[in-house]
Formats: sequence, C-alpha cells, structure tokens
Amino acid sequence: MNYLYYPGCSLEGTAREYDVSTRSFMAAMDANLLELEDWVCCGASAAESTSYLLSLALPAINLAIAEKMDDKGQLMVPCSACYLNLKKVSEKTKKDPALLKKINSILAKKHLDLQGSGQVRHLLDVIVKDIGPAAIRKKIKKPLSDLRIAPYYGCQCLRPYQMFDDPEKPVSMEPIIAAVGATVYPWDMGGKCCGAAHMNTKMEVGLQLVQGILEAAKDADAIVTVCPMCQMNLEGFQNKLAAKYRDDVDLTILYLPQLLGLALGLEDKQLEIELNLAITDRFKAKIDKLHR
Amino acid sequence: MTQNQIIVSPQKGLQKNEALVDIRQMISACIQCGTCTASCPNEFAMDLTPRHLWRMVLMGQSDDIFKSKTFFLCSACYYCTLRCPRGLPLTDAMMALKQIAANRYPKEYKSSVAFYQSFIKSIRKNGRVHEVGFINHYYLLMGNPFLPLKYASLGLKLMRKGKLSLRAPKAKQGIQNLEAIFRKVESMEADL
Repeated sequence: MNYLYYPGCSLEGTAREYDVSTRSFMAAMDANLLELEDWVCCGASAAESTSYLLSLALPAINLAIAEKMDDKGQLMVPCSACYLNLKKVSEKTKKDPALLKKINSILAKKHLDLQGSGQVRHLLDVIVKDIGPAAIRKKIKKPLSDLRIAPYYGCQCLRPYQMFDDPEKPVSMEPIIAAVGATVYPWDMGGKCCGAAHMNTKMEVGLQLVQGILEAAKDADAIVTVCPMCQMNLEGFQNKLAAKYRDDVDLTILYLPQLLGLALGLEDKQLEIELNLAITDRFKAKIDKLHR
Repeated sequence: MTQNQIIVSPQKGLQKNEALVDIRQMISACIQCGTCTASCPNEFAMDLTPRHLWRMVLMGQSDDIFKSKTFFLCSACYYCTLRCPRGLPLTDAMMALKQIAANRYPKEYKSSVAFYQSFIKSIRKNGRVHEVGFINHYYLLMGNPFLPLKYASLGLKLMRKGKLSLRAPKAKQGIQNLEAIFRKVESMEADL
C-alpha cells in the first residue's frame, strides 16, 4: 500500500505525536507514506472565513503537488480539517471545469497545474477500509483487554462527504478498537462537535461543547481522536473545565494510531505518548500492567 | 441575470451588498423548517437562530444580518448541511457570510476576524502556519492584556512538552512562499 502523505501544520507543532504515531503505525502495517514535497497550509478555517478564492487556491496547490508526484495517487491526511479542505477542492474541481480553470490561473503563479486525477482520503478511512481489523489483529503483541475506549470522530471526517462511515451514527472505529482487544465504550457523542476554533475566539462556547463530550465519556479509560483540533480541545482544557463546572473530568485523550501502536507493541519513541496533555495515572497504571 | 437578482436589486441593502445576492441564491429553496436550528450545536450561544438568519438573507436584510454574530458561531460541523431536507449548502452559506463580514466589517467582528487574519498573515511568507507567531499576533491585534491569561495554563503545558517553537521561521523560497498566490487572489477578488 502506497500513499502520498499530507501531515498539515499542526502535525509539525502541537500535534507532533500524531505525526510520529501515524508514521509508525502505517510502517508497522507495511504501508508506505511518501510526504508531499513543499506542501503548504490548507488554509484551515481561516481562509474559508476570509476569502473564498484563497480557500480554494491553498488546497489546490497541495493537490497539484500530489499529482506531480503521482498522478493517480491517493493523498492521505490525518487532520480532519485539512482533509475536508483538500477533499472539497478535489471534489468541486472534478465537477466544475470552469472553477478548475479559474483555480489554475492562480496556480500558474507557481507553475503548477491541477488536473483533478488524484484522490484525497482521511487516515481513518485508510485504517478502516484498506488496512482493516483482521490485518491489525494479526500483528497484536499486547492486547489492550482491560481498556474501555470511547471512539471520537468529530465532524469533518464524517460530514459533508460520506466516504467511509455513517455521518449521524459513526461506527467505523469500533471493529478496530475491538481488534486490539479493547472494549468499545458505548456513547452517542462520537460525531458531535468539539467547537473547533471556538476555543480561541469564543472560549465559553467551546468549553460548553467539550464539557458535554468529556462528561459523557466519564467512565471510559480513554477517548481516541483522529484530528489534532479535536485532540487539543479535549485534552487541553480539562483543568479549566474542572474549575468552571466543579466537576473533575480527568480523562486520557489519545490519537487512534497511538492506541493501535500500544497494542502492536511499538516503542515509546514511535508513539510519543509523553507529549499528550491528558494521560491519567489510572491509564498509565493499566498500560504498565498490560505490558508487564 | 436570474430572476432573483432582478427582484432584489432595487433593495437598498442588497445594492450595498451584492455578495448577499449569491448567498440568497444558495439558500433560495429554504422552507423555514428549522432543521438547521435544531441541528446546530452552537445555537444556544447565537443571537439569531440559523433559520431566522436564512429568512433575513432571503429578505435581503443586510443591515441587520451584519449586526448578528450568529454566522461566526458556526463551527463548520456540517450537521445542518447533512440534514437540510432541501439539500442546501448551509455551512458554505455561513462561510460566505463570514467572508463578507471579514472584508467589510472587520471592526465589528474583531475577535474572529483578527484571529483569522493573523493566521493568514502567518502563512503568506512561510507557506505553513507558525503557531506561536500567529497566536501572538492575534493577542496583539486584540489589545486585551487579559486574553493571553486565559490560555496561560495550556501554553505552559505545551511549552514544557517542547511543542511550541518560539523561533519565527524565515521567509521561504519556491512554492512555499505564497506572496504571488495571495497577490493574484487579491487582484481577482478586487475585480469581482
């Protein structure tokens, strides 16, 4: 399995452990990732909130670079926000030749040209559809049998493009969690919104959404995420929430490839769990016990 | 010219705000069922419900629309887009409203617009966002000395983990210097 790989800006900074664990997990599953050369920011929520053309041009630059590297390539993206931005331009230009032409008149400034032959896929899509639970099960060294895991999908890998899961009641992570020997924590918050960038501009609103999610996962051992923004919102403000709601939700938040990597027996350096902001002592103790 | 534009063009609000015409067309099939409002996770914090906002767009009430903060409370979860029985691109319409506000009413929507503009500025010369640089620029634009304090505990945690790079990146050469792309986009948007 070969994929072009777009890490995105967060994975070079505050979500470095998502990049490291994604690369390690994919390598352990014999999938090759080829990082996009000279990739640029997808525009995040900033371009689409200020300039329609810029919100198309930035993803298009990356899609054009991807095509140059492999014209039928599959571009794998671990960040849900980057994924949707890239996917949107890929889908829109496939359906609208006039729009493609307009975008190419911008890309010409960088001597790039987009044809629209490539495909954009989220990391979770690749894990559930191309790799699958059976292949993961075969490589398990340390089954995570004592863990109850709440799968959190967030929004933008599920909606508006329905590629690999039910956008109302997502379930795609469940067989993967079961494959590593853990129990799926039953809840209905998996596809709910974490508030995204609200945490920066309207913190009170963001906090309220995150509180609802953490509260519902109270009895789980960990929530797993597939997006650096969801991860940051769920892991970064737990102290603040405890003070605000007088309700101490102290919960481990992991990236999905970190959880899978633990079961595959990958080294600490390959998963970088010490970089996460919310790992409870309770969780550490369970992992230590499993690994003894 | 479609019929819609002919009907609305005499209205003062829409003359002032041609871009609203495009949004009006995006949602012209709205039946005011309220599924968007019922689906919105941020509705509790909005001054107008999404359904109400769409009605105002249909009525071309641009002065009142740009007094509302509702569209900047859209977190792009796409629940309304998914569930709209008319299949309307409601999340995209929210973004289109944000774009108008960012360009025409930056002062009125300072907290959101300053955040996005700081982000965009950060990628213009470097191609990729520099998290520390962009957040500091945002705090500077907001001019509120207490704002950074809200994030102090998170900032310290990130710093201790070595996740914040304090060194500003140098301007890039080649594809990653986006100056030419930005200029082209700006000139095309000025022609609209």
